Amino acid sequence: MELQLLLLFMVLAAIVAVEIDDLLSSVIAVGAVGLGLSLAFLILKAPDLAITQLVVEILCLIILIRATIKKDLPLIRNGRWLFNTISTLLFIVFFLIFAYFALKELPRFGVPLMRVAQEYIQNGMQKTGATNLVASIILDFRGYDTLGEATVLFTAVMGVLAVMRKIGRLKNER
Amino acid sequence: MKDNQQKGMSLIVKTITRLTVGLILLYGIYIVLHGHLTPGGGFAGGVIIALSFIHLMLAYGKETALKKLFQTLTSVLESMGAVMFLTIAVLGFLGGYFFLNFFLNKGRSFELFSAGIIPLCNIAISLKVGAGLFAIFVALVLFRSLGEKK
Repeated sequence: MELQLLLLFMVLAAIVAVEIDDLLSSVIAVGAVGLGLSLAFLILKAPDLAITQLVVEILCLIILIRATIKKDLPLIRNGRWLFNTISTLLFIVFFLIFAYFALKELPRFGVPLMRVAQEYIQNGMQKTGATNLVASIILDFRGYDTLGEATVLFTAVMGVLAVMRKIGRLKNER
Repeated sequence: MKDNQQKGMSLIVKTITRLTVGLILLYGIYIVLHGHLTPGGGFAGGVIIALSFIHLMLAYGKETALKKLFQTLTSVLESMGAVMFLTIAVLGFLGGYFFLNFFLNKGRSFELFSAGIIPLCNIAISLKVGAGLFAIFVALVLFRSLGEKK
């Protein structure tokens, strides 16, 4: 029941974020969606994800407000609204049709298959010695995936630092 | 002193920041070091550590924060975290395969020094994530486009 209320709140906040005129209010509404997602993770008993979601949401809000909104952002308002609305509706219809066929194959909510995961849950603590099972999975059993994720973040930071660097701009000014 | 007060936010914000920023940094370090015992881990703890520096930068202006942690140092720390993580992964080849949990059986479970390489990986990831996100924030804030006045 709480989960449905939270989902309703998140959908409403997302609609507000899309429809509102002021850019700052829109960013704050996006933050409300993230807070609702964090609470939903907490209700679904995933505290690791809840902590990460909350913290990353705060960081994204700060970056959006402090670093992006102060620069001038062109706001495209009028234009091809008919085309945009029709294409959005078409996308939603296609998505729902494919989701109907795809989601039928999934196991029911709360009844996972647990073929490999059963082994991790039963023997994870003896095999790794870590009492936080999530840490033992992401850093031991699935360490290779974490290495890939770390590479993604590293590449993103390098890209931002390369695009936003000072040296090339100074040369251009001379 | 006077021009120090000009930068950043008001006196109230600065006082609250002075009281809380150390606690936020300490909480981030706690989340990282206890990542294998309690919820949390390297990623969340690293973001909290980056947020403590961002907090300092928002309240006191960019000079004070960059005096504590320069921009080049953030790049060095981030690369160091990445190399450390990769080194821990490759050291597993000594025993046979990638990401082998060497020195596993030193220390008992439910204690701080346990679980083999998992705390070390947490520390490496937190260095990488914290320094990297702070570097992104600094780069985005200090960035000025060509037309803007200095």
